[in-house]
Amino acid sequence: MNGLTITALVKWVDHRLPIFSLLNEELNEYPTPRNLSYWWNFGSLAGIVLVIMIVTGIVLAMQYTPHVDYAFDSVERIMRDVNYGWLLRYIHMNGGSFFFALVYIHIFRGLYYGSYKEPRELLWILGVVLFLLMMATAFVGYVLPWGQMSYWAAKVITNMFSAVPLIGDYIVTWLWGGFTVGNPTLNRFYSFHYLLPFVIIGVVILHLWALHRFGSNNPLGIEAKGPQDKIPFHPYYTVKDAFGLGVFLVLFAAILFFAPNALGEPINYVEANPLVTPAHIVPEWYFLPYYAILRSVTFDIWFLSAKLIGVVLMFGSSLILFLMPWLDRSPVRSARFRPAYKMAFWVLVFDCVVLGWVGANPPEPPYLYIGQVATVWYFFHFLVLVPLLSLPALDRPKPLPVSIGEPVLKGGGAASAGAPAKPMEKAP
Amino acid sequence: MKKLSIGAAVLLFSLPAGAALAAEGKELPERDWSFSGIFGQFDRGAMQRGLQVYREVCSGCHGLRFIAFRNLGALGYGEDEIKAIAAEYSIEDGPNEEGEMFERPGRPPDRFPSPFPNDKAAAANNNGAVPPDLSLIVKARTGGADYVHGLLTGYAEPPEGLEILEGQNYNLYFPGNVTAMAPPLFEDAVEYGDGTPATVERMAMDVATFLAWTAEPEMEERKSMGIGVMLFLLVFTGVLYAVKRKVWADLH
Ligand code: HEC
Ligand code: HEM
Repeated sequence: MNGLTITALVKWVDHRLPIFSLLNEELNEYPTPRNLSYWWNFGSLAGIVLVIMIVTGIVLAMQYTPHVDYAFDSVERIMRDVNYGWLLRYIHMNGGSFFFALVYIHIFRGLYYGSYKEPRELLWILGVVLFLLMMATAFVGYVLPWGQMSYWAAKVITNMFSAVPLIGDYIVTWLWGGFTVGNPTLNRFYSFHYLLPFVIIGVVILHLWALHRFGSNNPLGIEAKGPQDKIPFHPYYTVKDAFGLGVFLVLFAAILFFAPNALGEPINYVEANPLVTPAHIVPEWYFLPYYAILRSVTFDIWFLSAKLIGVVLMFGSSLILFLMPWLDRSPVRSARFRPAYKMAFWVLVFDCVVLGWVGANPPEPPYLYIGQVATVWYFFHFLVLVPLLSLPALDRPKPLPVSIGEPVLKGGGAASAGAPAKPMEKAP
Repeated sequence: MKKLSIGAAVLLFSLPAGAALAAEGKELPERDWSFSGIFGQFDRGAMQRGLQVYREVCSGCHGLRFIAFRNLGALGYGEDEIKAIAAEYSIEDGPNEEGEMFERPGRPPDRFPSPFPNDKAAAANNNGAVPPDLSLIVKARTGGADYVHGLLTGYAEPPEGLEILEGQNYNLYFPGNVTAMAPPLFEDAVEYGDGTPATVERMAMDVATFLAWTAEPEMEERKSMGIGVMLFLLVFTGVLYAVKRKVWADLH
């Protein structure tokens, strides 16, 4: 086939199904703010890791056996007897961790630059949905290798539902498909683990659709005033994303090849044993803050059991993100121009790290008390501090720049401010 | 490797406080392992001696169910040597034409047979404690090979006032310090074919090296692939950075 007929074919298809136009508009021409920093790399990185997870997962599934008697052995077979099985499994296992690291940074980026604000509320909400789906996927996935921690994590987490008043025990039996975590549980977890990533893809498409409606937010948090504030996605951001991917892969490969088990629990290399409870049941690092919140409630309040409150707070800590667009009423997006909000943001980051550290330790003093303070602070931040700091009286915003082009082009001299974004002489 | 994993922990801002939970007693001494570090390789001599220690001492109580005799090629044994080692074991096979199970000498594809038919039998023979299968033990314990070495060399007199029950032993590194495993190693418990003096320290190092291999037989391939991949990625990322600078040059 020569070039001419391919062009003709593309035209023929595009006329009937404008998919090539769509790709061109959304991935090539797509006008993007010219001032995005490297914090804007994490979304596309998460997307790439999602693809990596799905590809390695599908190949693992060809060798994995979802049965309580064979699951652990089948994973070891993958590690030992399948060609490059160890590589596949270590990619998938560490990929989960890196996926969460990327998404956490992505979420905090949004919180810092006010990316959840009008008109991007739905985009934000879809992001939180993605995060919840990811957590569910990772939780059921962690159960599949059927190690000690797999089993006991499944037991502890499903048991939380017994805190639901009246019908709690029925819910747990229903989740288990029996009277304890057993083969039916493993089977349904496997089914969900295969299903949810594809649901995630669907929501990712909606997420991107909503993104492209108004385009990316940017570090200044102000809307683009005109074409001079925007640049085509390709080549500028394709190359920037590619470089970011390179940096990510270097870090990923360093863990993958030289310390593939550093992020996991050694005890998960012991096959599940319902008769032996591990001395310390801890989740993977990315769930530790939630685990800390869950265990920080040690007292009943009126007719509400400590367990129930803990569970509600734990789920609430993620669900509260949904409300962010309405909790934060400030018209200024970027924390750059909101001194007090900026400080509160960094305290929240610190608070989450503290919660993670508490989650890794046993629920006893002093960790318990630190966890309780950190939990209270977490909710105080979202429910009290964020609404209060929306008031200009409490957090007076600094003056906003006139346009995106202005500060970026400043280096070119006063005359160039606001000039069209054409190639121009470089600043000396 | 240690540095790397610490780096990763900082990077991902948290790591289960595993190391701290290791031994409630004394801090685990860290040994210099042939296989640690990104260039580390298993010392073949130590692996072969470790196999001997496993076969002559540990295998009476501990299985090695994920290791087939054919895997011993990685220790530097030839096909005939592997056949000879396998043939020393008797493997249950069957059923035969008459429907009976029978015993036959081992062959390279067979796995190391476990010493007890089930956990109940294992516990009944060991003061109620089940000796765990050792295939994965180095990956399954915080401290890894250091822990296995520490456990084997960590038997000591119990502190004043601590009552040790019949069939139990005081150990500095076992979690809780009291274990049902009697000290398995003593001076010259085995006679090394290569003339290495069989001190407790030497045997513990050797068997821990061997068990590090059984836990991660892919380690050498993984690390050497990792070095290639890292070099490629560093160059590739450097080139991408240069391209990025070039593409963006007209904007700044
Ligand atoms: C006489 C039987 C016996 C022999 C021989 C023996 N062990 Fe054990 N081993 C046990 C028992 C029993 C346990 C379980 C101890 C417990 O749970 O208190 C155990 C536990 C272990 C553990 C796990 C400790 C833990 O953290 O749970 C390791 C590692 C171990 N043995 C290594 C070895 C090695 C290596 C050898 C050979 C040098 C060896 N054992 C020889 C009986 C034995
Ligand atoms: C959203 C993307 C995904 C995430 C976050 C994820 C996460 C995980 C996690 C944390 C584990 C446990 C790793 C371990 O300790 O061994 C796991 C295992 C597994 N996953 Fe996934 N996964 C994803 C996608 C998939 C897909 C699409 C498949 C294909 C069906 C898949 C198949 C498997 C299999 C077969 C296992 C068990 C084998 C093993 O443990 O290595 N995963 N997953």
